[in-house]
Amino acid sequence: MPSSTDFDSVNRPVYDRGDNTVCVIGAGVSGLAAVKNLKEHGFGVDCYERETTIGGAWNWRNDRSPMFASTHLNTSRPTSEFPDFPMPDDWPDYPHHSHFLSYLERYADHFDLRPHVWFGSEVVSVEAADEDGRWDVTTQSTGRAGSTRTHRYLAVVVANGHNWAPRMPRIEGMDEFRGKVIHASAYKDPAELRGRKVLVVGGGNTGCDIAVEAGQQAVKAWHSTRRGYWYVPKYLLGRPSDQVNMRVAGLPLRLRQWLHRRVSAVAIGEPMSFGLPKPDHLPWESHPVVNSALLDRIGHGDITPVPDVARFHRTEVELSDGSTIEPDLVVLATGYEPRFEFLHPTLTGSGPDNRPHLLLHAFAPQHPTLAVAGLIQPDAGLGLMVHWQTVIFARWLRLRAADPARAEKVWQRLHAESGKQLSQGKLTDVPRHWFEVGYKKYLKELQRLLDETEVPA
Amino acid sequence: MRIDRSADWANPVPPVRREVLSATPEADEGRPPLLFVPGYGHGAWLFAEHWLEHAAGRGFPAHAVSLRGHGRSGTAPGTGLRAYVHDVVQVAAGLPRQAVLVGHGAGALVVSHALARYAAKAAVLVSPVLGGWGTLGMALRRNPVGTIPALAGAPLRVGRRQLFGRELPDEQARAYASRVRFTSRRAQFQLITHRAPEPPAGDPPVLVVGSQQDGIVSQAALTRAARRYGSAPLLFPGMGHDLMLDTRWREPIDAIVDWLEKD
Ligand SMILES: Cc1cc2nc3c(=O)[nH]c(=O)nc-3n(C[C@H](O)[C@H](O)[C@H](O)COP(=O)(O)OP(=O)(O)OC[C@H]3O[C@@H](n4cnc5c(N)ncnc54)[C@H](O)[C@@H]3O)c2cc1C
Repeated sequence: MPSSTDFDSVNRPVYDRGDNTVCVIGAGVSGLAAVKNLKEHGFGVDCYERETTIGGAWNWRNDRSPMFASTHLNTSRPTSEFPDFPMPDDWPDYPHHSHFLSYLERYADHFDLRPHVWFGSEVVSVEAADEDGRWDVTTQSTGRAGSTRTHRYLAVVVANGHNWAPRMPRIEGMDEFRGKVIHASAYKDPAELRGRKVLVVGGGNTGCDIAVEAGQQAVKAWHSTRRGYWYVPKYLLGRPSDQVNMRVAGLPLRLRQWLHRRVSAVAIGEPMSFGLPKPDHLPWESHPVVNSALLDRIGHGDITPVPDVARFHRTEVELSDGSTIEPDLVVLATGYEPRFEFLHPTLTGSGPDNRPHLLLHAFAPQHPTLAVAGLIQPDAGLGLMVHWQTVIFARWLRLRAADPARAEKVWQRLHAESGKQLSQGKLTDVPRHWFEVGYKKYLKELQRLLDETEVPA
Repeated sequence: MRIDRSADWANPVPPVRREVLSATPEADEGRPPLLFVPGYGHGAWLFAEHWLEHAAGRGFPAHAVSLRGHGRSGTAPGTGLRAYVHDVVQVAAGLPRQAVLVGHGAGALVVSHALARYAAKAAVLVSPVLGGWGTLGMALRRNPVGTIPALAGAPLRVGRRQLFGRELPDEQARAYASRVRFTSRRAQFQLITHRAPEPPAGDPPVLVVGSQQDGIVSQAALTRAARRYGSAPLLFPGMGHDLMLDTRWREPIDAIVDWLEKD
């Protein structure tokens, strides 16, 4: 144990930021919400951001941004925005990524958040500092050049995003394949597809969006999906479809699923009619794939749906049904992995499969002063959810100081209920579903915690 | 605070064109902008008479919005309290910095609801008509002729002498009163039937300003309003309901700016 608070275990100096300052890692949607809400609750805030700008994933100039030229929100405005700072009501229902970035910039300016952000600073380690639950946060200029600095904080909010580290599947023969293989995160512009024979792998939102662009631009486009999905058009009955879902959200899930199947069977037909696999789940049980154009493109013959990829050969790709195709560009829309290189895995409750186990997907199970914001995949927008996550964390920190006994009770309750299912339905245990939450269920849990952490003035 | 507002999200308020009148200080001193919200029947002009320029003169960017159906703002079907709240929140969030919301009359009711949807820097409720049965009782006592037909759905008529203090010349009072017109019957009923506002987002400080001689809001109502936000009302004896049009309009706006400067 270090005998002085001024030096850490390997004798580097530690700058103590006092008993009231919280560290936020990242200045994307989640980090900005954390800075604003902690500040509003009277905390000092230092936010570290490895890029030189705010916006995270939505700033497509950022080298790790997964956005491509045509990305639009696939969740409509009312839940994508922060509930106490709406987007302009004359914006489109599904704004373009550049719109959404300008919204985040306005948020940062409106609430004067930029002075709290240290740009170009990457957090390289977060370690428990003392029994009080404080943390030593070590930073370095991005690129890990130069010296490191360590500051001590009351608490840490990790808001580093989970859509930047590509999940690359290991497929037999990939190394000997002569065509080009990229991950969806490297895809930026439809010009990259023009004149090529393109195979898009992955049936999630990104995979479908890129498949549609390939259908328009490429000489030949295949779309390989392993599992069947329900496709939700962007509009139903003239309204954004997530808003239609919200209108009936109070109905029992079974009834909504029946309704969904009826309505979409009439409007577009079931995926199976387009030669796509039959979904192994019911509608709204998993994160919806919102896409109005994919089935049209398949119907036009611009996209050929194909099954799972079995192995690569030098010039061909062999599919699970034994047939072969000859793409010269393969885009792997196979998702992203959560990564917390600066945290010891036990802090996030991660096992060997790298899957974090947090209370309500947000609070470190053994460390009440450590939270992760935005590590969820809701069937609605993220802005809403991450706002309340961070408000609750701020309230929680206040409650711990004001009424430790009550805080302890809340903590016990959270632990006792940690196994609760937060997604709409029972999901297949694949990484794609790790962070799925049904917005209504999740908000109910957040509401309860919000009420429990109220500190009387 | 109820965080699941599915019904609200499923049915967004339609956009309209909104009239916003502004006065800006010569040099930007980093002060928070003020957004003035007139009560029902009034437009943004109410604040353009004196208060906007005066606030700007004291270094605060000042804006006033006309709620939909008022002044030069557009109209939309189904207008009521929710749409008015939406208008205020939209304009506030469009300002470059976190704003102070200043609501007058029923505009204070709109502001008290808007505070739950927008994290304001602070709020000021001027001669607040927060509705409920108390407001109705007072209206019936002071102005039975204008109020009883309103209960049957006719536009509420407010007496000139309820709005202005004795010092304002009759002719001027008549001219102002002629600009007051009522628009939404639904909003009028919601003065009585609306639910209590949800707690403000971010817990901003709230100041209540008024006068004992207000012909629409009783002193007891002012005290009650202030108590809801944990303070006491700031009173300007001898003035009418429309403080900003009174001959002594300077006193309340100076007091409001002083209060803001203190923080
Ligand atoms: C194609 C695509 C479409 C999407 N569409 C939607 C949608 O329609 N609606 C929706 O709600 N969500 C959507 N999402 C989800 C999206 O990830 C979230 O909206 C949001 O961007 C997540 O914000 P975040 O702040 O949690 O993470 P990010 O935006 O990734 O921000 C994390 C920030 O942390 C910084 N950082 C990371 N590590 C460190 C470190 N060690 N030190 C310092 N800084 C660090 C990063 O530079 C980054 O700026 C989409 C995602 C993708 C990929």
